[in-house]
Amino acid sequence: MFSLDLLRDAVVLGLLLGCFYAAVSIGLSVSFGLLDVPHVAHPAFLVLASYGVYVLNEYGIDPLLAGLMLTPVFFVIGLGTYWIYYETFEKRGQDQAVRGIAFFFGIAFIIEVLIILALGVDQRSVSAEYIGKSWRIWDMRIPMRLIVAFGVAILLIFLLTQYLSRTFTGWAIRAVAQDEGALRLMGANPFKIKRWAFGIATAVLGMAGALLIIVAPVEPTLDRAYIGRTFCVVVMAGLGSMSGTLAAAIILGVSESIVLTLFGASWAPAISFTLLLVVLAVRPQGLFGR
Amino acid sequence: MHRRTLLTGALMSALAVLGLATPAAAQQPPIKIGLSMAMTGGLAGGGKSSLLGMEIWRDDVNAKGGLLGGRKVELVVYDDKSSAAETPAIYSKLLDVDKVDLLFAPYATVPTAPIMPLVKQRGMVLIGNFSFQVNSKVGHDMWFNAAPWGPADSWASAYFDVGQKVGGKTVAILAADQEFSQNVAKAAKDVANKRGIQIVFEQNYPPNTVEFSAIVRALKAAKPDMVYITSYPPDSAGLLRAINEIGVGDNVKILGGGMVGLQFTSVMEGLGSLLNGVVNYNTWLPEPSMYFDGTKDFFEKYSKRAVEAKVDPLGFYLAPFGYAMGQLVEGAIKSTNGLDQKAIAKYLRENKHNTIVGPMEFSPDGERKTTATLIAQFRGVKDKNIDQFRTAGRQVILFPEGLKTGEVIVPFEKARN
Repeated sequence: MFSLDLLRDAVVLGLLLGCFYAAVSIGLSVSFGLLDVPHVAHPAFLVLASYGVYVLNEYGIDPLLAGLMLTPVFFVIGLGTYWIYYETFEKRGQDQAVRGIAFFFGIAFIIEVLIILALGVDQRSVSAEYIGKSWRIWDMRIPMRLIVAFGVAILLIFLLTQYLSRTFTGWAIRAVAQDEGALRLMGANPFKIKRWAFGIATAVLGMAGALLIIVAPVEPTLDRAYIGRTFCVVVMAGLGSMSGTLAAAIILGVSESIVLTLFGASWAPAISFTLLLVVLAVRPQGLFGR
Repeated sequence: MHRRTLLTGALMSALAVLGLATPAAAQQPPIKIGLSMAMTGGLAGGGKSSLLGMEIWRDDVNAKGGLLGGRKVELVVYDDKSSAAETPAIYSKLLDVDKVDLLFAPYATVPTAPIMPLVKQRGMVLIGNFSFQVNSKVGHDMWFNAAPWGPADSWASAYFDVGQKVGGKTVAILAADQEFSQNVAKAAKDVANKRGIQIVFEQNYPPNTVEFSAIVRALKAAKPDMVYITSYPPDSAGLLRAINEIGVGDNVKILGGGMVGLQFTSVMEGLGSLLNGVVNYNTWLPEPSMYFDGTKDFFEKYSKRAVEAKVDPLGFYLAPFGYAMGQLVEGAIKSTNGLDQKAIAKYLRENKHNTIVGPMEFSPDGERKTTATLIAQFRGVKDKNIDQFRTAGRQVILFPEGLKTGEVIVPFEKARN
């Protein structure tokens, strides 16, 4: 059943899917990759943002605009979450990572339950001009929603990369990731910088959540499906590398898509972890790691 | 001292108001029906609606004065979180701690399968709630499935009947990789082989698949006449969206079959016009042929209570069958005048039972004697409108013959307009 047409379509669809994976992982690349926070609630915040977009969309607001509107709200949520995490876990020392995981799992469950209490357990989706339509090039048909996700993802990653490499705060964030102790000796307060960075990482989820619900319907426990994928992308990329996150996500998307099209869907879930194992074995610091 | 007497008095009167301390109730323990239900997790959308159907039955029975000379019916319900891992412990608890008198099965195949051996061992009657062929290997002779499925192959047979009549010779089968969908897909493969329908594409996709564009692209390349899909609620919407965007080609005459999810209001509302043309199974639809004694009354009550309970506002798919499960045991308890499991099983096996979803009869394996599964085609559905689904003609019944309300429109791409 192999044909070049099929392979071409698989690669194109995989590329688009990969950029979408990058958009939902990029926040984690900051919080886990740069700040070493074991943020397993990242996908739960992502789903929460999707529900926020859903609610705003019910009032006729475009999902992308809704995502943008949620960005400052999520920034504040991020600041608050990090403050609690810092006060209760990070400040106290050694086993913060393990206890931090428990903390963030707890937060993830609380978010799930809150969504269920507020909006019920049903699947929700949004409507917009570009959802459910496709774009024809020759005999190929590409879903418009994936193209939108692709564009927004590229923009998001570009902005975040620029922010981290061009602005003073961006340098500070990368400095705190490299050597927190040295930063403290310079008289800077790592907590404030990390809190700010965590705020940014969470704010990005406003847009990512919009993409999530544009690409597929969401339900309250969808976050569980994304824990593996997002962590895989971030670790494979090399912790904290933004452009690496994009590259790793595209590799994952294209491999998944080719396997789905040409070898059968049953093998698809094995892809992310096989890639991860290979990368960890050959290049333990990740594809683009420091 | 004085204060305590006052307090006790207040408590007693409060209990009296609640009807808990009346002498009659004290002498007459309630009839307890135990079950677990998917109230959270992937199946919860259906589970909550099903439970509301049962609760309406319970309230109707209790309003009429209960059963067995005034004993009230009580439902003992636990959330199984849509998980097969939860149900065995819950049913052990229902039997050993709560000491329930009767059992209803949880909603759906996956949570039901692991409790079958336990229930058989304890010799309890179990009324099935929409599971598919869970008793085929266990062989429990006190299992009665209220779902309309009937014989194992009837679901696929009905779909292929519709497809072959319009010239379908090849089929593509796409199935979710879990118990229920696999059972349905396996039956479809057997039927296709028996009838000489060529299977040109066959894939299982894993749960948690996010994007279906690549799968649909591969399916299109196989150029099938019929597409038989057995998907689960979280995937059905994503799959149909990809089908709309990528297209399946002009070869395809009918598409659908066993897509779970398209029966739920939130999904139907979300997909809107994307549903048009899909030929899918269903259980109850507001078509003229589907009204039996009490049906209209039930849906009036359901519509009101569904809004308050924040569950599926239409409730066609599961809720009336939840009510019918109650009607089955109600009839059996009345006729046998007791709660003896063997007598109830004998009564259920040997008689025809009238319910709000039509008459039911059971074959020796506990499934319905003849299938009452509907095969219907979505037509003229518009976006973002719940109430359109309450009117007849949005889902035209193509099968079974006795309930038919129209003819199929082919090919699939044409039926979408």
